[in-house]
Amino acid sequence: MSSIDRRPPVKRYEHGSRVPGWDEAVDLTKPPATVPDPALTPVPDELRTKIEHLMGEYPDFRSASIPAMHLAQDHHGWLSPEAIEQVACVMRLTPAYLTSVASFYDMFALQPKPKHDVYVCTNISCSLLGADEFYEAMCAAADGHAEIGVRGFECLGACDIGPMASVDGEFVGPLNLDDAALIVEDIEAGRSVLEHKQLRHRAVADPNGRVAGFSGIDPVGQGDQA
Amino acid sequence: MTKHLLFERIDEPGLNTIPVYEKRGGYSALRKALTLPPAAIVEELKQSGLRGRGGAGFQMGTKASFLPQGDMAKYLVCNADESEPGTFKDRELMQKSPHTLIEGMIITTFATGIHHAFIYIRGEYVLQAEILQAAIAEAEAAGYLGENILGSGHSLKLVLHRGAGAYICGEETGLLDSLEGKRGNPRLKPPFPAIEGAYHGPTLVNNVETLGTVPTIINMGGARYAEIGVQGSTGTKLISVSGDVQRPGNYEIELGMSSREIIYGLCGGPKPGHEVKMWFPGGSSSPVLLAEDLDLPYDFDSLAKAGSMLGSGAIIVVDDTHSAFEVAQKLTKFYSHESCGKCVPCREGTNWTHKMLARIEAGEATPMDLDILASVQTQIIGNCLCVLGDAMAMPVGSIVAKFRDELEAEIEAARERANTVPDTVLLEAIPVGAH
Repeated sequence: MSSIDRRPPVKRYEHGSRVPGWDEAVDLTKPPATVPDPALTPVPDELRTKIEHLMGEYPDFRSASIPAMHLAQDHHGWLSPEAIEQVACVMRLTPAYLTSVASFYDMFALQPKPKHDVYVCTNISCSLLGADEFYEAMCAAADGHAEIGVRGFECLGACDIGPMASVDGEFVGPLNLDDAALIVEDIEAGRSVLEHKQLRHRAVADPNGRVAGFSGIDPVGQGDQA
Repeated sequence: MTKHLLFERIDEPGLNTIPVYEKRGGYSALRKALTLPPAAIVEELKQSGLRGRGGAGFQMGTKASFLPQGDMAKYLVCNADESEPGTFKDRELMQKSPHTLIEGMIITTFATGIHHAFIYIRGEYVLQAEILQAAIAEAEAAGYLGENILGSGHSLKLVLHRGAGAYICGEETGLLDSLEGKRGNPRLKPPFPAIEGAYHGPTLVNNVETLGTVPTIINMGGARYAEIGVQGSTGTKLISVSGDVQRPGNYEIELGMSSREIIYGLCGGPKPGHEVKMWFPGGSSSPVLLAEDLDLPYDFDSLAKAGSMLGSGAIIVVDDTHSAFEVAQKLTKFYSHESCGKCVPCREGTNWTHKMLARIEAGEATPMDLDILASVQTQIIGNCLCVLGDAMAMPVGSIVAKFRDELEAEIEAARERANTVPDTVLLEAIPVGAH
């Protein structure tokens, strides 16, 4: 072991042809982490039970790694080394394996992240309708609010309400620039965000899909139909 | 041309629960299917001519018949990772009528002898995942899932699996890797999933809408279903229309309807005073079509003949207020971000296309760069493990071909803005061998 050369990583490719953080994935001064020792790794009981249940749902227990990391992220706020270690301990996998999986997916945070996520879709359909301007307005509105993290996101599958955003998983739209401040207000107050623009209350656009007396948002009038 | 099978009164309150769904005839197709021999169900599906609704348009019944017979570990995976830009039809179906999908999955597993099925839903669909999870629990309690379903001897375990945000997981083999708890890298094909898919077992992968149509086919009979639509594109299709139209949203149409009727009739067309400049007929991965193509019938074969594709049924309309350059840049940024990096043509091709467009924007390009841009696109197509690279190369290539004049003007304008000297002049100024 001692003969392994552990030189510090060399900073290269300053002009940005590498993914930022490519050299931060491992600490080369430490020995490689093995499967964590259950005796030395305390795992919250609730988390352990849920992960163990998930592992039984699949023919191969490894399939539970993504759902398990969702749970750990919800529990710890982000996928901290401690969170990864707990999942690794329950699933009998190495932290490196889980980190390699987590780093592939946009919804996993391997760095500390704000408590509330605002994903603003900036993909083609939304951007045709002004999503880039809304994204800037949203960033400006959330500026100074440390617990709100705004991210430009790829198509969230709600182009019918573009420009739109997903606020902690709740889809809202169509948004105008004034809504940015309202979203921040609602999050601060702990309220349901932009209740009158939530996708869950919206009627289908197809006229044959409608029913009389549907008390939701009418996509044509853009107003409440109640 | 209005035919409604999946979306009929879908807004009915409580349709996501079994009592309302059953009151409307839900789960009657399952009861009927369980009395039929499994092979007869596959035959009905073949007769219906139902083509996959996820993008590739492969005959669903034929795909199901590729699965080996016999009692072995086989899997059904429903692809609910709806991330193709512009597509949001499965979302509406899962949110409002989740039992349609569950019923279709039970029938399909009975027909193919599968006892373990998964719904892979994209991580961003939080509400839809909650609704599906509740619906699965309800179906289990009602005896539609689990052991010995309705006394037929068929058993099925259905698991909802949430993804975590990656476009590539909508590609079937990337999805399978992700389901197995890995990074969502696509696999080399063959073997195709029907031979070796999830957990090395034969696996049937189908889109939400495809599986959701199965109960309708069983109720109507394959032959009657095949009478709807046109030759080669049977049935109805859920379409998502977005972008510059006045009434965006999900609609159910009979395949073969005129595209103009969809964009102008159903969706109201662009805002008054504006015209359709280009439109994507099947998600952002399909080659763009122009206003002159609006009279094309909306079906698989007509769109393919016109050089594009029906894809996932997502129409994105771009009106004359937007530049072709802006559209190409948005697309490229997305695909270069989502390329998984496993194979070279896609990883490098998407990134270099992105950089070349940034060069145009910075006023550093010449019209010759458009030729290089076009050649990069042709070198991506057909040379990748999966179709993500093609998914960028096809629309971007078509934009370069169809809007060449506009892009050249953009290059000149950007250069004037930046006041840069053309590269050719710079090259001449550097002595040969100096670098």
